[in-house]
Amino acid sequence: MNKLYINKHVKLLNNTVYIDQEKKFSVESDENFSSFAKSVYKNYEIKYSKFYKMDALCKLGFLSADLLLRDLNRENILPEEIAIITANSSSSLHTDKNYQKTLSEIPSPAVFVYTLPNIVSGEISIKNNIKGESLFFIQDKFDTKFISEYVKYLFENTNTKLCITGWIEINMNEDYQTDLYLISKNEGSLEFIETNLNVTYNHE
Amino acid sequence: MNELIEKLKTQLIEQLNLEDIEPDEIVANEALFGDGLCLDSIDALEIIVLLEKEYNIKIGNPKEGKEIMYSIESLAKFITENKGK
Repeated sequence: MNKLYINKHVKLLNNTVYIDQEKKFSVESDENFSSFAKSVYKNYEIKYSKFYKMDALCKLGFLSADLLLRDLNRENILPEEIAIITANSSSSLHTDKNYQKTLSEIPSPAVFVYTLPNIVSGEISIKNNIKGESLFFIQDKFDTKFISEYVKYLFENTNTKLCITGWIEINMNEDYQTDLYLISKNEGSLEFIETNLNVTYNHE
Repeated sequence: MNELIEKLKTQLIEQLNLEDIEPDEIVANEALFGDGLCLDSIDALEIIVLLEKEYNIKIGNPKEGKEIMYSIESLAKFITENKGK
């Protein structure tokens, strides 16, 4: 099959935004995730009425995907031809815990709707008009072999022309990290092979 | 009722996570759903939770929900008429 390439990489870690390994934006290290997310949202002048309603996992994925997809030329690519294949290890536990707290009074419907990890894929899809294959895996660590084989399979066997893939994680201690990659057949600086999907962790 | 309207604006902002909206930006008699604040069905559920938690009031007839939750003003009117019943 034709080679696939990594066209762009976005990483959010330690209150810092990295795009293609370059540090692009950061806030003070003592800021919590919520403040960091708000700063990124404002700094990149993102406008989306539902942003503040999202849970932490969705904000994390939403911001990373927005940075990944901005300036992308989507000419000749249909919404059905864009896939989102992502993974994390804590699922939606951060929000599940918040929802559990509301059970002692009246359960919050607005928190409940985020008690599944793949809601983040939905939020990314709605904002960016994406209607292709969407899967969210729960893995102890980012399984580069499994994910890269799955993405290659999609390009070979479905109408996929573009794929967002990677890691979107926030745990109960609010340690967070995203590594999102944009994959296509268009030539990029890095070939899409297992060893180039580099997800290093800061909270083990 | 003006005092209640101002209190409701703050409570709605907090309950619905409308972080980018200031209380002054909410017009008391303008629609909360649709063209107004663009609230959705989940927000409607959160308003029902707010009424029950903060004012101990339940909307008895679901068919009246749309009218009661039309605006901040209609919500305040409903609370005033039903508080302590």
